[in-house]
Amino acid sequence: METTYRSNIMICAGTGCVANGSLKVKTALETELIKRNLQNEVKIVLTGCNGFCAKGPVMVVYPEDIFYQLVKPEDVPHLVEEHFIKGRPVQKFLYTPPAQKDTIPVMNEIPFFKHQVLRALRNRSLIDAEKIEEYIARDGYMAAAKALTEMTPEQIVTDMKRSGLRGRGGAGFLTGLKWELCARVPGEIKYILCNGDEGDPGAFMDRSIMEADPHSVLEGMIIAAKAINAHYGYIYVRAEYPLAVHRLQLAIEQAKENGLLGNDILGSGFDLDLEIYQGAGAFVCGEETALMASIEGKRGMPRAKPPFPAVKGLWQRPSVLNNVETFANIPPIILNGADWFASIGSEKSKGTKVFALSGALNNIGLVEVPMGIPLKTVIYDIGGGVKNNRKFKAVQMGGPSGGCIPSSLIDTPVDYENINKTGAIMGSGGMVVMDETTCMPAMAKFFLEFTEDESCGKCVPCRIGNKTLLAILTRITNGEGREGDIELLLDLSQQIKDTSLCGLGQTSPNPVLTTIKYFRDEYEAHIKEHRCPARVCTPLVKFVVDQAKCKKCGQCFKACPAGALKWEKGQVAYIDPEKCTKCKSCIKACRFWSID
Amino acid sequence: MAKLTIADLKKIKEDHHQGLREGGFRAKITVHMGTCGIAAGARPIMNTIMEELAKSNLKDVAITTSGCAGLCSKEPMATVELAGEPPVKYISLTEEKMRKIFSEHVVGGKPVPEYALVVGHETTY
Repeated sequence: METTYRSNIMICAGTGCVANGSLKVKTALETELIKRNLQNEVKIVLTGCNGFCAKGPVMVVYPEDIFYQLVKPEDVPHLVEEHFIKGRPVQKFLYTPPAQKDTIPVMNEIPFFKHQVLRALRNRSLIDAEKIEEYIARDGYMAAAKALTEMTPEQIVTDMKRSGLRGRGGAGFLTGLKWELCARVPGEIKYILCNGDEGDPGAFMDRSIMEADPHSVLEGMIIAAKAINAHYGYIYVRAEYPLAVHRLQLAIEQAKENGLLGNDILGSGFDLDLEIYQGAGAFVCGEETALMASIEGKRGMPRAKPPFPAVKGLWQRPSVLNNVETFANIPPIILNGADWFASIGSEKSKGTKVFALSGALNNIGLVEVPMGIPLKTVIYDIGGGVKNNRKFKAVQMGGPSGGCIPSSLIDTPVDYENINKTGAIMGSGGMVVMDETTCMPAMAKFFLEFTEDESCGKCVPCRIGNKTLLAILTRITNGEGREGDIELLLDLSQQIKDTSLCGLGQTSPNPVLTTIKYFRDEYEAHIKEHRCPARVCTPLVKFVVDQAKCKKCGQCFKACPAGALKWEKGQVAYIDPEKCTKCKSCIKACRFWSID
Repeated sequence: MAKLTIADLKKIKEDHHQGLREGGFRAKITVHMGTCGIAAGARPIMNTIMEELAKSNLKDVAITTSGCAGLCSKEPMATVELAGEPPVKYISLTEEKMRKIFSEHVVGGKPVPEYALVVGHETTY
């Protein structure tokens, strides 16, 4: 018999909150609870990512569902006394929405959480990721039990197809169809593979799932293995995700000990062994054929398709590769049915999608929303709007393979079809929000630096094409752009897209294409007027105060670390070019765009 | 550990009490633990409730604390709220009284009028 507790403190132990000191808060809580003799009444549970990373370390207290944020170890004695002895939520650590006065104590009433629909993240802040019984207590492995004992592979495939679940890695291929193609290929040996090689800058969806709910990934893989009749599988995770690797490894060991992996799973006669393969962190290894080459011990380079992996994949055997989030979505579909899954979402994009919100937002973090939700709701209601009262300029979706969506398209519904129409892609779920201080050609250059670096070099268009794109963007942002550069970028981008071997090259020009599509005037300003409208590209900034625009507030004067600014109350500021180091502190401080 | 069967999965689910993490409790017991309550012996009352809860194996009862209710002379006090019914405030509790309240009111659903101060006063949810 386990101890019965009256209260559960769920402390976030995702990577973000751990970095903010959540483990120290946990230790302080343990000490304080013992001191107050409450250790048998109040239970401390370390959970995976809660999602509200901006406010870490965060914790949720049940049964009251009280959300505490920004808790420090030294605050713990006060918190324990107030909440657990006197029974009142501590105002100081409650959440207050931007530009409002009143706190919101209950987690599910906070706008950030209220608009979310949790399916892939169904166990978020509810279980201890390192204990299998916590997962089982929330229907864990019941879907695997159903699939293994009550369903035929054909039934599983039919259910998956009917549900409309599409690959969450970015391409959006129908998961059930992928399984069906592989299931039909004859072969004694097949492989089930999980893609945890999340590599987009600003993306942490898959990492959070692997850290917070590793068993949901294993269970999804068991069901997929049954559907295609595979008895061996790999989870490919990048080595830069040590906590994800640790928790997955622990989960695999626990599942094996309990007969949920290995031979004769749950007495059903079905066998499946899973193993983790740690990647070295090459972006291209997220591409399926490169990932398989990497597991085989070869250089992580893609190959031409067909043959598709469903026919000839790992070790030339039929294989299915799905993304982490796709697998996490599968158990509830089997348990609740295809209709349940398809009941939310838009016409061709069913279910939910997990996004990692980052950039210039108030509420950065991890969110799961129904497909078809307007982009505006994600950015303003959940994301809390743009930080520092700046203007929303654009959002980059799909990382380096995706594109930007400008503020004029903020009502776009978030699903595969509508996002593709804008020129961006759904991608794996990165959403980087940019405000008016972002220079779009410089942003495109940033992503091209990334893809140029990560290109494996196998095919010419990607290897040399991206290098050339980067060279052109570099000269534009240095103020050396030439007449015709925009057309050259467009032409070259199209050729790279059309002729590259794999998804990396086929999508790498997207940031260039979308920034030209929506912000062509910025490119023209750089090339023709030698001006950077966002004041980001240093060689194009003059560091001169515009007398007409200056409001004489002195913020630039206070911000300047070099003593180059001259200002007195009621006077227009002046920048001494002799002393100016072009650090841009004054530009960041000025609210009136009066420094050119 | 031995290999699990499907029946074992269900048993683990039943036995593993997650402390009402999903909300939706049927009953809530609030122990008043202001300075007056603690001095009058609220701690043994809380301990009694925790013991009874463990014995009963109920999973839909929330136990919480609150500060002084203003009636310091009647401490220790506890309030029992069943979902959809008015809360009942019990006064001058002893461990014996609390056990009876737990079994008759919390488990059985019938308030114990002889220990109650008032019915239908304030609610906390």
